[in-house]
Amino acid sequence: MKQILEDTEKTFDVNTIRKDFPVLSENVYGKPLIYLDNAATSQKPHTVVDELVSFYSTYNANIHRGVHFLSQKASQAYDDVRVKVKEFIHAASEEEIIFTGGTTDSINLIASTWGRKFIHSGDEIIISAMEHHSNIVPWQMLCEEKGAKLKVIPMNDKGELLLEELNNLLSSKTKLVSVVHTSNSLGTINPIERIISKVHEYAAANSIEIPIVVDVAQAVVHEPLNVQKLDCDFLCFSSHKMLGPTGTGVLYGKAKWLNDMPPYRGGGDMIKSVSFEKTIYNDIPFRFEAGTPNIADVIAFGKAIDYLNSIDRIVALNYEMGLAKKASSLLSAIEGVRLIGTAENKTSVVSFIIEGVNAMDAGMYLDTLGIAVRTGHHCTEPVMQRFNIPGTIRASFLFYNTMSEVDALVDGVKNAVKFLKR
Amino acid sequence: MTIAQIEEEIVSDFELFDDWSQKYEYIIEIGQQLPALDEKFKTDVYKIKGCQSSVWLNASQKDGLLFFEADSDSVFVKGEIALLIKVLSGRTPEEIMSAELKFIDAIGLRQHVAVTRANGLANMIKQIKAYALAHKER
Repeated sequence: MKQILEDTEKTFDVNTIRKDFPVLSENVYGKPLIYLDNAATSQKPHTVVDELVSFYSTYNANIHRGVHFLSQKASQAYDDVRVKVKEFIHAASEEEIIFTGGTTDSINLIASTWGRKFIHSGDEIIISAMEHHSNIVPWQMLCEEKGAKLKVIPMNDKGELLLEELNNLLSSKTKLVSVVHTSNSLGTINPIERIISKVHEYAAANSIEIPIVVDVAQAVVHEPLNVQKLDCDFLCFSSHKMLGPTGTGVLYGKAKWLNDMPPYRGGGDMIKSVSFEKTIYNDIPFRFEAGTPNIADVIAFGKAIDYLNSIDRIVALNYEMGLAKKASSLLSAIEGVRLIGTAENKTSVVSFIIEGVNAMDAGMYLDTLGIAVRTGHHCTEPVMQRFNIPGTIRASFLFYNTMSEVDALVDGVKNAVKFLKR
Repeated sequence: MTIAQIEEEIVSDFELFDDWSQKYEYIIEIGQQLPALDEKFKTDVYKIKGCQSSVWLNASQKDGLLFFEADSDSVFVKGEIALLIKVLSGRTPEEIMSAELKFIDAIGLRQHVAVTRANGLANMIKQIKAYALAHKER
């Protein structure tokens, strides 16, 4: 990020923040937990945990149907979170916010509904070379079913997309572009505004429409997002990567698209009326939320948004960038360590390999020290193929991590190199 | 020694260690003692693929007994396969097939690795038992 401040720990009170996250004071193997797997899932502040307990202990009820007190209270709490999400990402209206099971579910929803209606034989869908499997496989499945084609924006050796290639990929056959905002395995932050405007300009010049899906699963906890400024057509993210519970997430879609999409799953709550002859579907967003939703987790997700709103996010972001910058420079100075993903614009993800050492062995070694990192292909096998490596060791930082945890990681890696190098 | 006796021996060796990091290091040491596997066996035919590591396993038969040799691109996984070889190599197919391998739980290995998809310990056991079944049916 461009906003990096030097010496950011002075302006960010990490010790106070850490007290809000119960897990961070846990020990593993008798050693203090050092949690550097935030890109996989974030830890939860006690307000989120408390809300789950509070919901189930004091107002658990099904929503949108009951006339009784508990149901009204639960319905109100659930609906309030939709408004919170709308404000959080600056959507035009809350009807554009659909609660899903998470990013993967959101992308599958688009592929299954929008895709079912608008993709035909010979059409093309463009994704990028650094997509998570969840932004590859649903489109592959759709393409296979429809006889459409998947096109891929390539990247350079630093892990940056080659945007000029996008010009060559766009054509009258292009029906959709789906791109990751921030790469989970490389840390690259893509110039998403430029990609969106490029695609929309191309579409306008050719009097066609090409909607853009943006996967912000890795970005949403780090940086403020504004869907109206971005002008994306769809936006997908998960609650659990932004301090909330697992099992819920969001699909934002422009109302004009959502209104034009067939339902995802059939069931209760997504209908206006049902007879054996004909069912009239409900309006958006309810049309896409069949059955009893994940009420408790959505309500607790609201507390995660409250938490993010309560901190100075720019200061937190600068602080995170300081952690990652320090980790990158100290790790890359270790003999045998090579960073994978060295884009100019990166999030607080540091992916690396150690020459001659299996990534899993290194991850397990760090685990014995109480350091939690991720190893392997991170559900981005094509990225690993691009760099011709089986996998990486990935440390991913969030604002509750500390500079001394970075030091512990660096010492751990130094010792891992000594111990594991054959 | 029976399979059960060897398993007991392994369990008592591991009792010397108080924590997981010592066990982790010991497992790696056991792997380092494994005789080198001929390069000709390091092909896909002999490969057992885990999510984050690979094992190459070769089986041979002599006088009704099955013998295993292996290597891995992970030093830890090499230790795991070395433990399995210690217990199961040089046994009859029947012995191998009926081995319960309780030592995996007893030394705390299952708790740390076997439940994850990452390293494929379950696949290694499956493959060894498949060899035993194939030789029994021969």
